[in-house]
Amino acid sequence: MARIETEVGKPQGGFMKWIDDRFPFTKTMEHHVTKYYAAKNFNWWYIFGVLAFVVLAIQLITGIFLTMNYKPSATEAFASVEYIMRDVEWGWLIRYMHSTGASFFFVVVYLHMFRAMLYGSYKKPRELIWIIGMLIFFVLMAEAFAGYLLPWGQMSYWGAQVIISLFGAIPVIGDGLVEYIKGDYAISDITLNRFFALHVIVLPLALIGLVFVHIVALHEVGSNNPDGIEIKDNKGPDGVPVDGIAFHPYHTSKDLVGIIVFLMIFSAVVFFAPEMGGFFLEHANFEKANVTATPEHIAPVWYFTPYYAILRAVPDKFWGFVLFAISVVLPLFLPWLDRSRVRSIRYRGWMYKTALTTFVITFLMLLWLGLQPAEGLYVLLARIFTVLYFAFFLLMPYYTAKDKTKPLPDRVVYHG
Amino acid sequence: MTEDDLDRNRRHFLSVAAAATGVVGAAAVAIPFISSLKPSARAQALGAPVEVPLGSIQPGEMVRVVWRGKLVFVLRRTEEMLERLPSVVDDLRDPDSTEFADHQPDYAANETRSVKPEYLVVEGSCTHLGCAPLEDFEVRPAEGWEGGFFCPCHGSKFDLAGRVYKGVPAPSNLRVPPHRFVRDDLILIGQDTGAA
Repeated sequence: MARIETEVGKPQGGFMKWIDDRFPFTKTMEHHVTKYYAAKNFNWWYIFGVLAFVVLAIQLITGIFLTMNYKPSATEAFASVEYIMRDVEWGWLIRYMHSTGASFFFVVVYLHMFRAMLYGSYKKPRELIWIIGMLIFFVLMAEAFAGYLLPWGQMSYWGAQVIISLFGAIPVIGDGLVEYIKGDYAISDITLNRFFALHVIVLPLALIGLVFVHIVALHEVGSNNPDGIEIKDNKGPDGVPVDGIAFHPYHTSKDLVGIIVFLMIFSAVVFFAPEMGGFFLEHANFEKANVTATPEHIAPVWYFTPYYAILRAVPDKFWGFVLFAISVVLPLFLPWLDRSRVRSIRYRGWMYKTALTTFVITFLMLLWLGLQPAEGLYVLLARIFTVLYFAFFLLMPYYTAKDKTKPLPDRVVYHG
Repeated sequence: MTEDDLDRNRRHFLSVAAAATGVVGAAAVAIPFISSLKPSARAQALGAPVEVPLGSIQPGEMVRVVWRGKLVFVLRRTEEMLERLPSVVDDLRDPDSTEFADHQPDYAANETRSVKPEYLVVEGSCTHLGCAPLEDFEVRPAEGWEGGFFCPCHGSKFDLAGRVYKGVPAPSNLRVPPHRFVRDDLILIGQDTGAA
């Protein structure tokens, strides 16, 4: 039966109007989804933001289910992970999804950050989006570190020992701070318990909050694009950027393809190589934590090794810590280190292109070197690449200002 | 009341006073939360001293014990090991244990870093980043190695008195925990009141 719109006493506009009069549902959807216009020349580099969101969802859901069986106690933790792997129905799958998800989180986030460096997405007016993004990265590092202690394996224990000891390098308060972080004289049941609290409550809450703010800030200024020009500067008579297309349905349908491809790769790793030859789950961690013996070769998980290589390159405890800390924080200042007139690498000169290429090689080399023992040639290489790492950032104001740039187009262009 | 009736000075005073009181209150409330993360009474109680019988340790042999969750090495040095101690002094960063007074009790701030030269008691925790050093007591003159401890994590080296070598990441000598001889064949680690 057709609805009689004019019947007296009946609310007009149906269910959605009833909602919208009480909550800005349609308004919010339009602002962030159906009338959020992003450039039509996005390439595949623009998939990683969405993928980071997908991995976050995977981590939250699998994490919740893991807490149902995990026990955050030094005597029971290791056995409870074994229990999840062997006796809980599908427990192995949920745990492998979570451990693989941790590594994929960093793969996706590193590529997402690299995209910003390719196309100058951190440049004005998007500095705050970049800063919030870096905060997300810091919280993610803390989250991954806290999570790695939970299985209470050999690498959990000694990895945490090394990283927490780093704070002991701070003059005067160092030793007290280390004891305070551990909540005990050594890493113990107490430390494990508080890292569990950090991993499942404190840091995820911070992460979700920051991701929310990251997206709100993005949707305020609008997405950048591979040409690095403002699409908002060229609007049609309807007020819509002529080079913009709505996030939904245009970008979402394309993103869906990317998500499916991503999940195929993700599943392949979960099912066929969850340990990734010791990269995602280190072999030493299949042994329970033992206070009396450090594993022969100790290295953090791959996503921390670039910074770890920098730490080890310095033959001094205090300065090693200082350089390590600066190397992590330095990208935060990119919006101000980069003095170029253009955003995108497409319109930059040879200097930035050379610098960025060198930086990618440097980062990958440091990542590899951090996995090697700290001896002989490895140490020398780590020192060379440490210098290159800092040179990329600290010389940036010089070479980006000096670099010749090409004229910007009026409209976005397609390449292939 | 209109705009003109507002006394801005009073408003300002009220805002500042309220904010200042709020900050003091928040700081006061923060104290219990921050303190709750310190080592608890139980953690402190569990840090009780441990006894190490020495009778079964052969000369040149080392035992590992755990005190306060930390690894402690007890090494019974041979005469020959003790004789080698002065020979490496030039390669050490702090051979007389003077740089870091808190790294050993006064009674161990000597050449052998021990109460009795024969028995070395040190924490098995590298002063760089806390890995457990490995013992390597074999003398290899070709490598210039006089025996001591080697940290597998970042390559720090220590001699047979736990003294750090120069040019390694560890900044200081291995820590000597408080300890005392209860009898000739029994050490108490974690307590030194009474006799040294």
